[in-house]
Amino acid sequence: MKKTGAEIFWECMIKEGVEVVFGYPGGVLVPLLDTMLNYPIHHVLVRHEQGAAHAADGYARASGKVGVAIGTSGPGATNLVTGIATAMMDSSPIVCITGQVSAPFVGKDAFQEVDITGITLPITKHNYLVTRAGEIAGVVREAFYIARSGRPGPVLIDLCKNAMLEETEFIYPDEISLPGYHPPIEPSQDALKSAAKLIAEAKRPLILAGHGVLMSGAMNELREYVEKTQTPVTMTLLGLGSFPASNIYSLGMMGMHGEAYANNAIQNADLIIGMGMRFDDRVTGNLRTYAPRARKIHIDIDAAEIQKNVIVDLAILGDLKTVLGDLLPLLEPQQHEEWMDQISEWRSETEKRDILYHEKEENLLAAHVIRDFWEYTKGNAIVATGVGQHQMWTAQYYHFDKPNTFITSGGMGTMGFGLPASVGAWFAHKDKEIWLVDGDGSFQMTQMELATIVQEGANIKILIMNNHFLGMVRQWQELFHDRRYAATVISGPDFVKLADAHGIPGRRVTKNEEVLPALEFAHQTPGPVLIDFHVEREDVVYPMVPAGADLDNMLRRPLRQEKNHPTKGKK
Amino acid sequence: MQHTLIAKMENKPGVLNRIASLFRRRSYNIESLNVGHTENPLISRMTIVMGGTDVDTKIVESNLYKLVNVIDVQNVTQQPSVSRDLALIKVAAAPERRSEIASLADIFRARIVDVAPDSVIVEITGTEEKIEGLLELLRPIGILEMVRTGQVAMLRGKADSSSKDSLDG
Repeated sequence: MKKTGAEIFWECMIKEGVEVVFGYPGGVLVPLLDTMLNYPIHHVLVRHEQGAAHAADGYARASGKVGVAIGTSGPGATNLVTGIATAMMDSSPIVCITGQVSAPFVGKDAFQEVDITGITLPITKHNYLVTRAGEIAGVVREAFYIARSGRPGPVLIDLCKNAMLEETEFIYPDEISLPGYHPPIEPSQDALKSAAKLIAEAKRPLILAGHGVLMSGAMNELREYVEKTQTPVTMTLLGLGSFPASNIYSLGMMGMHGEAYANNAIQNADLIIGMGMRFDDRVTGNLRTYAPRARKIHIDIDAAEIQKNVIVDLAILGDLKTVLGDLLPLLEPQQHEEWMDQISEWRSETEKRDILYHEKEENLLAAHVIRDFWEYTKGNAIVATGVGQHQMWTAQYYHFDKPNTFITSGGMGTMGFGLPASVGAWFAHKDKEIWLVDGDGSFQMTQMELATIVQEGANIKILIMNNHFLGMVRQWQELFHDRRYAATVISGPDFVKLADAHGIPGRRVTKNEEVLPALEFAHQTPGPVLIDFHVEREDVVYPMVPAGADLDNMLRRPLRQEKNHPTKGKK
Repeated sequence: MQHTLIAKMENKPGVLNRIASLFRRRSYNIESLNVGHTENPLISRMTIVMGGTDVDTKIVESNLYKLVNVIDVQNVTQQPSVSRDLALIKVAAAPERRSEIASLADIFRARIVDVAPDSVIVEITGTEEKIEGLLELLRPIGILEMVRTGQVAMLRGKADSSSKDSLDG
């Protein structure tokens, strides 16, 4: 039966299980959106296309499914770019659809024409320009497959207007023919045996768990591995949640703002096993002095990550869940009491410095607020963040026990990610509330999406850590540039009034005793709520490994009076 | 050190751009690049000569594989292979010097493919060294213009079947 390209497009979306798309209309999209009304698809109208890409990304991260963003040609397409690059860096499976002028006008600088396949070539896993209706079914099928398989990532389809309108026979391809794309790799048996040998010889082993654990769904295998071999685990920012923070073998986050004891463990380990992580500069510090005592095993699905940053002794290529499943039977049970004792010693030294042992002061500290938020939600919330100090404090003080509950921009460090990403996360979990921890700078980058959450009735609880500074850059200026605060003082609207203008209940919090009641208010009030926490203006995220410094050369929070934080829970 | 890679890819629009973009983005330098059809019209073949260490080449290889349209990549630098370059060299040649040029061409098994009143075009195929050798001898006579294809390479021995098996047609 003949169908229009637009009909074929939505038929294919239904076959891919798509229920919700995040988009913004425009001239060339009119036929596509018109046809959409005949299909059970919910279109979330964002207020800027960047928000559509981040929302699709947030949806993908929270649900494990492919997120879909739609923008029109020209500016609609270029506005998606930051969101696509963010998804690329963090291996998030999204499919972005852009409208394109009709094929005969392509290359003629037509109204709202832009070469979006050219622009996104280095920031997509793959992209397509579709000029005929007959190509749509095959391309959509391939795009979803490429986005979610292997190392996931964004795929863009640039859809010419004439292709939406043309009629053609709808043939859904049974098979995908991609002769150059073979994602699932069986791990090499030799490599597995060599790994088992290195692991058996190790006295001070350490697991570095990354986003790949979550993407592969290898959480149980990782736990089994740890239980069998008593190996401590430290995580990358995006790996948080892949192993429960409350487990005694968890050392929390590693790297630039990681736990001091985690970084010490890396520098003193005799074996490190990178699992689904890529030895990013934010986790290694100075590569020349990185993990100098350790033999190194790297397990990853992407061959191009092997030996890219850190030269390793052994690489195992493959899907982590399969690799660990195959490796576990080759391992003998181990005990590492001495090593764990050493780590505990480092840990207790760290705890003395921890801000949570500092008495609550007159001023609110963001770290205290986030700790209270963790205790209030019992670590069960789905949490999105922007980028900056508040993001690092969330990573440090919200102890994630569950996978896929921390939605944050890692590799790209995209400010403004939080609010639109939480919209996406809510559509993945409409029965739950999504908590957004944001900074006043980050929030202002995409605050227009407040209107989106109101229109959708999205149950998002917004906690702004407002210090009237671009705090992370200010921190660098304080530490490395004599406190010369170039361009980092930022004013903002009265966020409570801004919320009110959108019909969102809000509250301002300036004192410690107001924190818990405000969280309670946010939780008890149906729908979106905004809390504006006025926190200490010049606070610093510690520990900090200065860029390019040795990993154990950390700036530490100065020791102050050691008093227990009144609400401190178990560490 | 120079490395020679042979890549086979789907013959689709934009693939050359994807490959060039990969080299540019990761700051690797292409010494020479040659693209053309293979015996299978659905597959193109690229010979890439690049500078860099063995590790650089490995990283480029794995990144090439990541491109969805790239079917196969081989590093033939250390393998027995035949590699050739073609050059067209326009040499200033007054009638009295033509025979000198012809005999130089002969020695290099090159050919004169065009004769004009005051110039000739010499065509030479061979390894880079051989072409450099002829160029050195022609330079004093006067090279007016030159164009080179860049290297093409093929492994010696039995036919590589990867391009036949992987695509129908």
